[in-house]
Amino acid sequence: MFKFFGTRAGTWTGFAAAALVLFGLAPLVMTGFRLGLLAQFLCYAIVAVGIGLAWGRGGMLTLGQGVFFGMGAYLMAMHLKMADAEFRNGPGAVPDFMELAGIRELPAYWTPFSSAGFTIAAILILPTAFAVLLGLAVFKRRVKGAYFAILSQALAGAFAILLIGQQSLGGFNGLSRFRYFFGYNLDDPVNQQMLYFIVAGVLLVVVAVSLQLRRSRYGELLVAVRDAEERVRFLGYDAANVKVVAYAVAALFASIAGAVFVPIVGIISPASIGIVPSIMFILGVAIGGRASLVGPVVGALAVAWAQTALSEQFPSAWTYAQGLLFILVIALLPGGIASIASVAKRFQTKRTPVEAAA
Amino acid sequence: MSVALTCKNIEVDFDGFKAVAGVDLELARGEVHFLIGPNGAGKTTLVDAITGLAKYSGSVVKDGEELRGKKVHHIARKGIGRTFQTATVFENLTVAQNLDIAAGAGRSPWTLLRRRRHLPQIVVDTMERIGLKDQAETPAGVLAHGQKQWLEIGMLLVGDADVLLLDEPIAGMGHDERETTGLLLHDIAADRAVAVVEHDMDFMRAFASRVTVLHAGAVLASGSVDDVSGDARVQEVYLGTATKEAADAATA
Repeated sequence: MFKFFGTRAGTWTGFAAAALVLFGLAPLVMTGFRLGLLAQFLCYAIVAVGIGLAWGRGGMLTLGQGVFFGMGAYLMAMHLKMADAEFRNGPGAVPDFMELAGIRELPAYWTPFSSAGFTIAAILILPTAFAVLLGLAVFKRRVKGAYFAILSQALAGAFAILLIGQQSLGGFNGLSRFRYFFGYNLDDPVNQQMLYFIVAGVLLVVVAVSLQLRRSRYGELLVAVRDAEERVRFLGYDAANVKVVAYAVAALFASIAGAVFVPIVGIISPASIGIVPSIMFILGVAIGGRASLVGPVVGALAVAWAQTALSEQFPSAWTYAQGLLFILVIALLPGGIASIASVAKRFQTKRTPVEAAA
Repeated sequence: MSVALTCKNIEVDFDGFKAVAGVDLELARGEVHFLIGPNGAGKTTLVDAITGLAKYSGSVVKDGEELRGKKVHHIARKGIGRTFQTATVFENLTVAQNLDIAAGAGRSPWTLLRRRRHLPQIVVDTMERIGLKDQAETPAGVLAHGQKQWLEIGMLLVGDADVLLLDEPIAGMGHDERETTGLLLHDIAADRAVAVVEHDMDFMRAFASRVTVLHAGAVLASGSVDDVSGDARVQEVYLGTATKEAADAATA
């Protein structure tokens, strides 16, 4: 069965099935509220696909994807707030939260975000460019492993703190109460469903891009860098550049996810992009299986769903369940849910050929 | 036999300790050049210096170009390939993938982002040459110890290295594998310079075209196997105690 999904026909079948579930089945059986939740989870899944590429294939434990998620989210939120203000009070108007904070004059850096085109370009380019610069600075110096993980996590913490101090970005409360999304009323259930379709479509595209990267020569090279970076360098490659590409793609995915998260959830604040949410992203990927294509998606959805379901029932117990889950997966199933099939096979045959030959 | 690589007065300083203290070395195409010496003689450090891993003073010139100060991957692209004491291959990738990556330094981003349709001819030929044709689709991690070392040598061949620096290529190999490796080294040395860091004296005697003996970071002797074996200083520091004991026994 797994062989089949490695073939071209298998790939198309897999995508068709996923599209059928996401576009056909889910809207049919789920209420608007549940569909909205699913849309939110799909945003996490998009981030997870990027982490799967950078961490699972590239070996970079990115504990700070909240930074890129947050960039995309805030950039989008700024545009939505600008559009709302313009809709109410005409061009150059100050968004409502600024009025409350006593800011009468629109800060200069907000002005370009009244343009939808500029905003979308910024969402695609800014976080990616930041990731490239950061990646070059870090990977050229051969910072890796736990040092890279700590660095990226510290960055997420610093970014959240920075945002809390910015009154012109809503400070601790962040940006919320969006009314329109590129002219569509966000209170309208039809438009909410449209947002769900958009995020589902983005997820499929992101998975397709990731698949192409994995199957390309670049994907093989990335695994080579993960497993033996020195060897790659001594073959004449600049290993840092190979890593930067995967890191930047992961950042781009996270940024896009953040941008669609904002109109779906209706709020973005430092609390949803700091260290804890960044670890949540990683958790889903670890549980789903970081090295597989679909594992991160499954893991992200499972963790987000479990969090919602469990915290509805036992609000205080979820944190413990989450920690336990993480420990269990790392201890018993390092390859995540995606590796269950091969682990089961190993139990059947006792010794795999790999072990026998080694 | 043209000179492929010229090292002049190489010095590697580890916080005051001179691991390599003024080594001159010439590697010529057509030769299998053995670097031998006791532990700590500076053999591997010398290889590290040439390949850009260790900082050094002095000069390394290949085809008229000074390599000192260049980055590791730039030096590799100049056609200087090395292996490591423990064979380093990409264990999760197949033999064919390993070689395809090794053949691909300098591929355009466009080529990299697409799927591999065919194996390059040089990869196919090299798999034959290193005896891993039947293992093309085998993950490298599953290969036997000796096969990994052949694969690593193969990776240098497809990368078109014309100076090969091999660090203990027969470590842990059985007798037949050593023989095969020795013949392979001479085969590839036909149009390349091959330097071998080795401890195994029998292997050295059987396959060396030229030998350089290092001791305490300096060149003690250099020449043919016979020249070097006959050198009194070499016998003293390296082949060492055995001859000395024999001499003691003779006088007693």
